[in-house]
Amino acid sequence: MTPKIKWNNNVNITPALVKEHGLSDDEYALCLKILGRTPTLTELGIFSVMWSEHCSYKSSKLHLKTLPTKAPWVIHGPGENAGVIDIGDNQAIIFKMESHNHPSYIEPYQGAATGVGGILRDVFTMGARPIANMNALRFGAPDHPKTRHLLSGVVEGIGGYGNCVGVPTVGGETNFHSSYNGNILVNAMNVGLADQDKIFLSAAAGIGNPVIYVGSKTGRDGIHGATMASTEFTEDTEEKRPTVQVGDPFTEKLLIEACLELMSTDMVVAIQDMGAAGLTSSSVEMASGGGVGFAFNLDMVPQREEGMTPYEMMLSESQERMLIVLKPGREAEAKEIFDRWDLDFAVIGVITDTGNLTLTFKGEIVADIPTQPLADNSPEYDRPWVKTAPKADLKPADVAAPEDMKQALLKMIGSPNLCSRDWIWQQYDTQVMADTIQKPGGDAAVVRIHGTNKAVAITTDCTPRYCHADPFEGGKQAVAETWRNLTAVGATPLAITDCLNFGNPERPEIMGQFVGCIEGMREACIALDYPVVSGNVSLYNETNGTGIHPTPAIGGVGLFKDSSKMVTIAPKAEGEILILIGETRGHLGASLYLDVMEGREEGRPPPVNLALEKKNGDFVRVQINEDRISACHDISDGGLYVALAEMVMASEIGMDITIDNGNTPLHAYAFGEDQGRYILSVSPEYRDEVLRNARADGVTAQVIGKTTGASLTLTAADPISMSELIGTHQNWMPDYMSID
Amino acid sequence: MKTAVIVFPASNCDRDMIVALEKITGHKPHIIWHQDEEIPPVDLIALPGGFSFGDYLRCGAMAARSPVTKKVIEHADRGGNVIGICNGFQILTETGLLPGALMRNESLKFVCKDAALRVENSDTPFTNAYSEGQVITVPVAHHDGNYFADDETLKAIEGEGRVAFRYVDDAGQMTKASNPNGSRNNIAGIINRRKNILGMMPHPERLIDDVQGGTDGLGFFQSMINAIN
Repeated sequence: MTPKIKWNNNVNITPALVKEHGLSDDEYALCLKILGRTPTLTELGIFSVMWSEHCSYKSSKLHLKTLPTKAPWVIHGPGENAGVIDIGDNQAIIFKMESHNHPSYIEPYQGAATGVGGILRDVFTMGARPIANMNALRFGAPDHPKTRHLLSGVVEGIGGYGNCVGVPTVGGETNFHSSYNGNILVNAMNVGLADQDKIFLSAAAGIGNPVIYVGSKTGRDGIHGATMASTEFTEDTEEKRPTVQVGDPFTEKLLIEACLELMSTDMVVAIQDMGAAGLTSSSVEMASGGGVGFAFNLDMVPQREEGMTPYEMMLSESQERMLIVLKPGREAEAKEIFDRWDLDFAVIGVITDTGNLTLTFKGEIVADIPTQPLADNSPEYDRPWVKTAPKADLKPADVAAPEDMKQALLKMIGSPNLCSRDWIWQQYDTQVMADTIQKPGGDAAVVRIHGTNKAVAITTDCTPRYCHADPFEGGKQAVAETWRNLTAVGATPLAITDCLNFGNPERPEIMGQFVGCIEGMREACIALDYPVVSGNVSLYNETNGTGIHPTPAIGGVGLFKDSSKMVTIAPKAEGEILILIGETRGHLGASLYLDVMEGREEGRPPPVNLALEKKNGDFVRVQINEDRISACHDISDGGLYVALAEMVMASEIGMDITIDNGNTPLHAYAFGEDQGRYILSVSPEYRDEVLRNARADGVTAQVIGKTTGASLTLTAADPISMSELIGTHQNWMPDYMSID
Repeated sequence: MKTAVIVFPASNCDRDMIVALEKITGHKPHIIWHQDEEIPPVDLIALPGGFSFGDYLRCGAMAARSPVTKKVIEHADRGGNVIGICNGFQILTETGLLPGALMRNESLKFVCKDAALRVENSDTPFTNAYSEGQVITVPVAHHDGNYFADDETLKAIEGEGRVAFRYVDDAGQMTKASNPNGSRNNIAGIINRRKNILGMMPHPERLIDDVQGGTDGLGFFQSMINAIN
């Protein structure tokens, strides 16, 4: 049915229609008040998407406002398409992470591919050339019947899009847990490079200036995508497949080149990508941001299908489209660029002084909405929440020792959450652009700033089992772990983007998880001087009333002024001294050991002492930057023994380890996940100096062994040969994915 | 050595190739857009990697029919040197300048990793800085790099020493495990009979600086300088 829409509605706006559009009674009353009359169908659609959770952040913004967003190096914080930080020499890094969870569950390839496409546009719309993709992925339990299919499709989709546009995908994280059985998480991050005097914002200006549509034509795909992402899944979710958009990375590549070429001229006043809620949100954001109105003639919108209605055009989420305000009289010049790249270019409207978004279709006005109240008076809820009850503490004595330490370590490194991700990474072009100087598999990816000696380090991290056990500690830990990972390669951490994935905010216990995580994140950001500059919230990650583990995925970015200072997790030679930094207490609560070896999810997560975190990290970074360190690895999932095994596998050089676990049971010492720890591999000549410096800084440091031979020899465990280690670590995922 | 790099819509290793050629020759290559009708006189034309025309239809098929490609063929017919890396190799087989075809990887998946290559013939303008049998490590990154030629063609290529590089293990042995894409005879790169055209799937332009993890790609470019200057 194609509804015929007119200014004086032929379509009767019934309460049922309003409800179908996801607007509450109060929200609809506000809509009536803003318009001063009943909306047309097109207007109802516009209100519906603009005030969806996905676009309006109505449940989260009250709490997001509490996050620290400022630092001397922050050029633009949250509120723009992406965050912008200063990296010196008039250069800026522009980055953001965004979720594409709901579409990826329904149609994994296209959902993940368009997630990558969308985040690329958020970054290049600000004038940056995208230089690196990252991601944070969560899948259900490996034995869930959909997991294999979803993992396969998501990885192929990320690769299919990123590889074609020619932006390297340099790393990320992938976890499995049954809480994601019905709601996987696909969080895509992009990092771009721009000149500080060439950063473009979305606020429109200049009455009479032309508004231009460029890129792909508009089709009927993705209509109501934002609304879908704002509700829970039920049994009929599969029927929502048509709301998933279809990506075309070829067009995206052309769009990147054409837009960057246009932005290198002085023609552009403002530019915005058409992301969630397409033409609607891009035009409302540009107009309300600039305090102006837009008048569009929808007949001019390039259309892929016949007979599209204004409602469909405004709500379509067709990919690879941008909206641009040009300086007057420059249309022909700009069109020439887009013609050369074979992209549609259409003048669809002008800027007006009415403050309204006025849409004309076949000579009739079909919508006329004041944009300021639509954007600024969007609902904001202080949803009720309850604090997550603290879990009982778990003592090392509450966890049985393994029968055999060697077998325990092998079981750990061969488990789904710790095994090698090569099967995934090999499907991504990790090196295109030829500036990737640390590939996936280390603590952080490192990408050189083209033509300079500088580099950025990038990491994504979150430990959802900690966030589930204690949202506050989990939120703190997610931020601290990114900071630690950037530090471990030698970079100076600068800022984060957050992608906050939670269940249904209308349930107080879920809202309590959200509030707790935000509080923890805030504390860590302040203590580490590490602000949030961009982000995204994805709620309603629930199926039939079961929510995911709270997952505030953090993307951290750090800087090297001199990329030659970078280290990896691989020791460089035999005979290097291994030094453990930080306090080891054998914390097994909420640990991976407990999960893998005992099948238990209990206890409090390891607390993060932020003062200690900062002290240890600053010490490590100075040692690296003063060239005393051969290799460094932070200790996270799986604890000390897993970290040592990862260093051995990366270097293919063995280790001889003797630890003094004192009164702590050995298995707790070996696999406990106490925070703020690192392993340094140091050439013998620097051993004493590093230990002396640690003492001077009040940092706990102890020698635990040295690199030697071709096997890993650990306290109270039989030696493990290189082939045994690597084989166990490498095999799980290819074996798992090869089962039909 | 004067060079030109052809850029098709969605070429994406063009910059990497331009950087490599400029670093090694000391001169910036001419950058030729696919709609350009002329290529200035050069010693070498490079067809870079990427996804020209989105890999739609067949990898390299549309680029092989671009107006500029006629000029590339004319240059090759005059004896001028041409290299095609990754998508460039696919384009060269689509034009018929090189025999065979590049099919979808045997795994049906994109593969990006370091590959050990054995230099099979060091008597070419593209390999003379290496020694025969030398094993170098160069990254591959492709979805369609599975080299196929019929038995007769393969016999000719092998018999005439036209295999430039072969996938091998670290010890230089040709094994199934070291073949990243299912290519017949582990073929990674070939040359034409006249030895002025080379196509290869691996990316030597990504390995010309220590910070990139190695410099095994330098010899490839040095060879051309040796041959041309």
